Order: sequence, then structure tokens, then C-alpha cells
Amino acid sequence: MRAPLRLEIAAARAVAALSRLSGRGGGTTVPGKLLWKLDPGAIDRLAARLPQGSVLVSATNGKTTTATMAAEILRPRMSLAHNDSGANLVSGVASTLLRSDGAELGLFEVDEGALPEVASRVRPRALCLGNLFRDQLDRYGELELIAERWRGVVDALPGVRLALNGDDPQLGALAQGRKALVFGLDDPRRARPSLQHAADSKYCVACGTPYEYAAAYIGHLGDYRCPACGLARPPLDVRGRDVELHGLESVAFTLVTASGDRRVRLRVPGLYNVYNALAAAALTLALDVPLDEVVAGLERFAPAFGRFERIRVGERTLLMLLIKNPAGANEAVRTLVEGRRPRLAVIALNDAIADGKDVSWIWDVDFEPLLDGLERVIATGDRAAELALRCKYAGFEPERIELIPSLERALDRGLAATEPGGELPILPTYTAMLALRKLVARRGHVRQYWERAA
Amino acid sequence: MGAGFVPKSRTVAVRIRVAHLYPDYLNIYADRGNIAVLARRAGWRGHDLDVTALSIRDSFRPGDHDLFYVGGGQDREQALVAADLAAKSELLREAVDRGAAVLAVCGGYQLLGRSYRDRDGRELAGVGLLPLTTVAGERRMIGDVLLECAWAGRTLAGFENHAGRTILDDGAEPLGRVVSGFGNDGASGFEGCRVGRAIGTYLHGPLLPRNPWFADWVLAQALAHAGGGEPPELAPLPDDLERDAHEVAARRARERGGRF
Repeated sequence: MRAPLRLEIAAARAVAALSRLSGRGGGTTVPGKLLWKLDPGAIDRLAARLPQGSVLVSATNGKTTTATMAAEILRPRMSLAHNDSGANLVSGVASTLLRSDGAELGLFEVDEGALPEVASRVRPRALCLGNLFRDQLDRYGELELIAERWRGVVDALPGVRLALNGDDPQLGALAQGRKALVFGLDDPRRARPSLQHAADSKYCVACGTPYEYAAAYIGHLGDYRCPACGLARPPLDVRGRDVELHGLESVAFTLVTASGDRRVRLRVPGLYNVYNALAAAALTLALDVPLDEVVAGLERFAPAFGRFERIRVGERTLLMLLIKNPAGANEAVRTLVEGRRPRLAVIALNDAIADGKDVSWIWDVDFEPLLDGLERVIATGDRAAELALRCKYAGFEPERIELIPSLERALDRGLAATEPGGELPILPTYTAMLALRKLVARRGHVRQYWERAA
Repeated sequence: MGAGFVPKSRTVAVRIRVAHLYPDYLNIYADRGNIAVLARRAGWRGHDLDVTALSIRDSFRPGDHDLFYVGGGQDREQALVAADLAAKSELLREAVDRGAAVLAVCGGYQLLGRSYRDRDGRELAGVGLLPLTTVAGERRMIGDVLLECAWAGRTLAGFENHAGRTILDDGAEPLGRVVSGFGNDGASGFEGCRVGRAIGTYLHGPLLPRNPWFADWVLAQALAHAGGGEPPELAPLPDDLERDAHEVAARRARERGGRF
């Protein structure tokens, strides 16, 4: 006989509390895993209890930022169950649901590979799909497979409100014949002169011919058209125009929608954050949030966990830019270089499952614009040696590469080499970012992520 | 220009001509890293690497290139180039007969065999350069790999990610014996294929940065074709970083190399 849901929840919550007391992480996924093992259907039932249902956000890059922007927009109108620490597999969503007493709406960022499972259990009323890039090939095998499975997700949710990035050919294709709010960029001044190396969906999904781009913004995202069969970016319902980049500080753009245009100034930098904002805007507009509230929320949003996060350490500041795959890392590099060319940077490469066990992707990142301006680079993490090679073969003199595998020593060395009042950019992969935040938190500089106010 | 480690004193500069096949389609595993390593290591010995992209419908003459490089891609991209590559088969085989070197990784490795059978059971013709066939399998073979190459007295460390199971013909030489990992088919205990100056392998990583002896071996084969003689002895380079990276990758393979 299966235990009643109450008892299971109590047991799983006890585990969460224990996990936090023993200092082992924020307990953000362990109790969820436990619940899921005890009774997989519990997730479905917990989700069904939410009065306003759930919305899901998925993408290769930008999930956390997009979901957190959406949370900021929705916060004034309803209480949320939101996995804001980024635990985005089934277990992470389960853990969040466990803590969802009193929440009206579930807002979950979901890992691209986990989306089918989560969507089938949670049955969201809205779904936001941001982009698909090569990421952690060792986990998924191929980007095309994920696109196929995402199509299945959408097919299995006939009434769902969709917010799709039309600038991504895979997602633009999903918009065909479906009701969706399609978002994208409309500012050719911001286009790149040629298609980047990290353009992973270059060939027409219908006929295989290389797309032609009127404007290519990031990787394969842009205004594309197939010269052979005519498949092109769908018309945009929500667009970003007149983008102004302000270095490492902020970015402003005009949000153009059916209910009007508004100028938006974000508190985070970079063109990629305009995409994230458009995604959050499209998702919340699809939920009938008034445009003024959407804009207010976007402008309140402050940098999310590890993504362009500034952490003060004594008299210096760490600038943490999470890197996960070529497209995302390119944008981190681009924003850094266009903002304030640093003389010193720390790059931290781990290869645990959450980072991707296959580190070959660092050779597909365009690090050169960053390296060209650096006096020294500190290579750290479990695969620091591979990073050092990447820099060496980029033409960086080996004498100027500091190979310090220990994250703690690398951090100390980087801080020591940064002037008081200065900023040290760190580009870590996921588990390295967690470890660095933990290190810095232990020294009292940043609250553990589970202590942040909801 | 990178920092020069070796005085150019007595080397006669050679222009090593590399043909990079389908770089826009088959590039999913950081193949440009392999090319970068070849270019720098050639440069540090006073030579120049001259890389030409050969894509769909591009032709060439046997003798035009000293080294052919072909990388891996997603199933879709591979299918898009397979027919074109098959159409280039005769030219490629003739180039290799004349002594050109070949490095084929992952998808390129598969396509250089005699044939490839995909998940729907369709048989695609390969180039017929390497004595092997490949069958698309159900389970992906993913993980760190460590090989022992008895023919060179060295080890190779890399990372594999393939569903194809490659079966070598009787008598065909593998690249190396699997110490850790799946290898060609997860059963034979061997990985890759070596025929004269042509190498096919599932190992990416990319392969050349952390296996400098092998990068130099490939360069030497290309130089042999360019110069018309035997593969030269290349001046040693300070490969401390490379050795470090190799050690770390080898350790990873021993710890968590693929197993079913």
C-alpha cells in the first residue's frame, strides 16, 4: 500500500532539513530525488494542486535568467513556486514542488533533456522555448534529437500557450501551424558580419540547404531564410529594436508588442540578455500580464545566480560569468571585451556530469578576443591543463599562463593580482561556479544561495 | 604568430598543404582545435600549414594536398555530405596511393570505410579507403578513452561519442588497443584503424593537443608527401602543458572510461 502523499512529503522535507543542517548543499535536489523514488506520480499530484498551474522555461542558454526575469514580472500578482537556484532536472522540480505550500503558480526552468518528462508530469499551461545550441554533447548525443523530443512535448500539450524564439530555426519551425507568441530581435546594426563558428543549426530543417541570413545575431539566431525552399523566420509578435549596449553594466532596447512599445533598460549587460528579456516578456504576455507590469519586472531584475553576478570580496569584486557551451561562452567573452578589456581573467574548467564530461567544446569557443587583451590568464579547475593548452594554441605565451588547478589557490592568486577597487572576471563552468561561490560564502562574502530571501 | 621555441636555423621551410573536408558540415567535435595544433607545431619547426576547405562539389587533383582532414558531425550533416564524399572517392584513393596522409575523426572515420548502415537499415557507400564497415547501433558509446599504440610505443588519450559500431576487416590494423573505453565496437578491444599514412579514429577531445607525439607523427607523414622522401625527425618542443593534459585525460579514462 502506498503511503499517503502527506507522509511522503513529510519524509522528503525532513531529508531537506537534514541536508541543510549538515551543510551539504541547500537540499535543493536531494528531497526531490527521494520523493521521486518513493512515488514518481507524486510530482504530478503536487503540480495539479497549484491553483494557477505551471509554466515551464527551457533553452540551452538563458533558462535561469529568463525564468528569474519572468518571476520578477509575476511576483507582484501571485506567489510562485520557482526553482530559482537552478536545480532544473526532474528532481529539482520535485524539490521545488515540495516547498510549494501556498504557492499559486509553478514557474520552473527545465533542462532541455528533462523537458519531456517534466512537461508530461506537470502539464504546464504555458511553455517558453528560448534556443537550442550544442551543449554537453556527451549527455544528449545530438541537438537534433532534442529538437525532435521538444516537438513531441508541444504536440502532447494541445492547449498550451507557447512563447517561442523565432530567431532559432529549430524553434521557428515549431511555430508553423501553431498558435504561439514568437519573439526575436529586429536590429540589424547589432548583427555580426558573418555567421559565427558556434552556429549549430545552419541547414534548413526542411531541405538541408544552408540558410541565408539578413542578420545573424548570436550563433545561428537571427533573421534567416532558406534560398531553396523559402522556409524563413516566422513573423515576430514580440520584438526587440534599437538595442543600446552599455559595456558591462546594462543594455537597453525597445520592446515592441501588439499592445504597444516600451523602452526597457535592463540591469544586466549583453545582447543575449535582450533575448532573455524578450523570452520572459513573451511568456508573461502569453499569460495576459499587462505590458507595463512586464516592463517594470524586467527593470527590477538583478543578475541571477552566477550569471554576470558581482560578488564583493573585501576591496575587490568578482565578476562571475558562467560558461557552458560555445555559444554562451562566446557571448560572455564578447560582453567582457566590449565592456572593459580586462588584463587578467580566471577561467575554470571542470568536467563533472553537470559541466559536461567532454571538454572538447572549449576549442569551439572564440576565446581569442579575450586572450588578445590579457596580460595573464589563470587556468584552473579539474581540466585546467586542457584550458592551458587551449590558450597556448590560441597563440598565448605559455609563460603568461598560470596553471593552478586548485580553485581556492587560483581565486586567491587572482584576487591578489587585482588592484583594490578592481574587478576580477571569472569564467567558470557550472560546478566550478558552485565551488567558487561556496568558497567565497565560507569567507562571509555572499549568502549561501539557500539563504537568499524568496 | 605564436612564440617561437625553436630557431629556424637549418630547416628548409615547407608549405604543408592540408585539405579540410566539409569544415562547415563536419565540425561538431572541435576539429578546428586539431587544425590549430597542426598549424602551430608546423610553424614552430619553421613550416607553414596551408589549409584549404573542400566542401560539397569542390574538386581537387591528387597531389594537390599532403594531408586530408575530415571531422565528425551529427547524423543529419553526415547524411548531407555522404553522397558528395563518395563522389570524391576515386580522387581520394589516388591521392593516398601517391602518399598523401589522412586523419579522419568520428563521422569522417566512418565515411572513409567501405560502407555505413544507418538506423533505418539503409546502406550508404563509403570512400573505401579504410578496410572496415560501420553499423549504426542502439546504444551510444560515450566516455573517456585511453589507448596503447604498440606500433609507436605510446598512449593516446581522447573522448569518444558514437552509436556506430565499426568492424575492421580481418588483418586490418587498429590505431591502438583499448586500455579504457569502448573503442570501435565496444567488444573487440581495439580502436581506430591505421593504413600506411591514413588514420581513422573515434577519438576526439580534440585528439592532437593532448597527444603531441601523434600530432607530430601526422605532421611528419604530411611532410613526407610534401618533400617526397621519408617522414622526417621533427625537432622536439617543450611539451610540458601537453604532457600534463595527457596525464589528466589518461587518469580520467582509467577512472571513468566507457563500459557497458
